[in-house]
Amino acid sequence: MWFEQVLFFIAGAGALAGALGVVLLRNPFYCVLALVVHLVTLAVLFLLLQAAFLAAAQVVVYAGAVMVLYIFVVAYIGGRDEAMRPDESLITSFGPLFAVAIGVELCFALIGSGLEALDTRGADVGAGFGSPGQIGSLLLRRFLVPFEAASYLLLVAAVGAVVLARRRRGIEEEPPAPGREPAPAETLEVRV
Amino acid sequence: MDVVWFLVLSAFIFVIGAAGVIVRRDPLVILLCLELMLNAGNLALIAFARMHGGQAGQVFALIVMVIAACEVVIGLGIIVAMYRNRLQIDVDEMTELRG
Repeated sequence: MWFEQVLFFIAGAGALAGALGVVLLRNPFYCVLALVVHLVTLAVLFLLLQAAFLAAAQVVVYAGAVMVLYIFVVAYIGGRDEAMRPDESLITSFGPLFAVAIGVELCFALIGSGLEALDTRGADVGAGFGSPGQIGSLLLRRFLVPFEAASYLLLVAAVGAVVLARRRRGIEEEPPAPGREPAPAETLEVRV
Repeated sequence: MDVVWFLVLSAFIFVIGAAGVIVRRDPLVILLCLELMLNAGNLALIAFARMHGGQAGQVFALIVMVIAACEVVIGLGIIVAMYRNRLQIDVDEMTELRG
């Protein structure tokens, strides 16, 4: 199965490059675009692991909807380049060291794990493994309660976002005085 | 492909995300790096689901995606509120919880 391996290495390199781009690029807009690359290549990896429904959800929900939200906010607050840290604080110099420590720890956990199935291609699964039908039937039968809880969580998050980001001073704008003619909205001056 | 390759890749992505969360200062980029970490967890979950031949791990990854979407929405709402209140968009400057 050399095709699978080639695809894995291409997609893995793309995912790593996207992740590095998110961390290393200075402009937030380019960071979001790098994350889109990362998410799409990760969807390819999901397909290699026979998770077709999750790959589709990743592309549609993440790379489609959530990233559009990010782009809107970057455009709204005006993504500026992050200024270099003027003072070399402790956390800047030791942060990558902490990250490397986490990586070494994870590698130890992988090497020292007693799971023998790690070095195989995984269990034999049928053709419908990870298909929308099977995932949907699991969500509606065995995992019905987490599914409903997730939907309520999404509702609460949507209401919370509206409460957080609403315009608080919008009510204080005074309506036009009754005696005066309100400014006609149609007169649009075009200056060249 | 052996399952362990996917786990190694997931560990690398997690480490890159963690380094970004520690080093970067823009809260928007910190949210992006949190997404990286959650996605690394998703990749590991799906790899383990493939290894065991069960689909519960995939459902779990789906729930993680829902949690990530909620976190993004709330985080972006906080960033927009910071911008509205003319606060500096920098996590080092945000030292008070009082709005």
